[in-house]
Amino acid sequence: MDNFTPVSALAGGVLIGLASVWLLAANGRIAGVSGILHGLFAQPPGERVWRAAFIAGLIVAGVAWHLFVDVTPRQGFGLGWAALAGALVGFGTRVGGGCTSGHGVCGLGRLSVRSLVAVTVFMAAGMAATFVMRHVL
Amino acid sequence: MISAFGAGVLFGLGLWLSGMANPRKVLDFLDITGNWDPSLLLVMGGAVMVTLVAFRPLIRRRGLVFEKTRIDAPLILGAALFGIGWGIGGYCPGPALTALSNLTAEVFVFVAAMIGGGVFARIVSPRGTGA
Repeated sequence: MDNFTPVSALAGGVLIGLASVWLLAANGRIAGVSGILHGLFAQPPGERVWRAAFIAGLIVAGVAWHLFVDVTPRQGFGLGWAALAGALVGFGTRVGGGCTSGHGVCGLGRLSVRSLVAVTVFMAAGMAATFVMRHVL
Repeated sequence: MISAFGAGVLFGLGLWLSGMANPRKVLDFLDITGNWDPSLLLVMGGAVMVTLVAFRPLIRRRGLVFEKTRIDAPLILGAALFGIGWGIGGYCPGPALTALSNLTAEVFVFVAAMIGGGVFARIVSPRGTGA
């Protein structure tokens, strides 16, 4: 556990929570990133502006972070694996109605049993998949 | 719209500060039999601490109703498939989007496939999905 970073983890988590509260208070929206993204590509179009604005904010945050912090992106991860992982995440979050933010941060925050079940399932599935990737394959 | 942008920026900064935007760190958390890194428990804990306090009164004031309460097959299946993809790649949707700023091929491929996966889910199951 030499890689444990409790202070930045907790502080970052609080920022994520505050951002979710901000979106709910100002826009009346749940900060579920998968839902925000999928809604951008769904028919009928619905309200795309706030969704695009939120996602633009996420990307701008990344650009800003790179300006001040030296980031070493992962190298050598197979693009086939990236495509498979992305497709599963996109499909799964759409069918399951949420991801780490929608079911996790927001769902748990409003004490939704449905979200608690989803979080338990995706955590367990994630641990299983990582075990296979790192220790079996 | 400006508030949605601001919330997105704050959310993204939280992802970077916490380490969620780094797929290696996420996989170190999911790899409980390896050199386990419990940090992400604190990310979720810190975020939920805030939403636990603020969400219920805000939801009541806004009169928001969450129609879906059933634990059904799509919920379980979708969460399981999402988890598998998360455990393979180390990205969930928010971190993948903010990590586009890395300008690496893996994250562009991941995000394109993620959008495609969502569109495909909509085609095979047009009803009953939605966030």
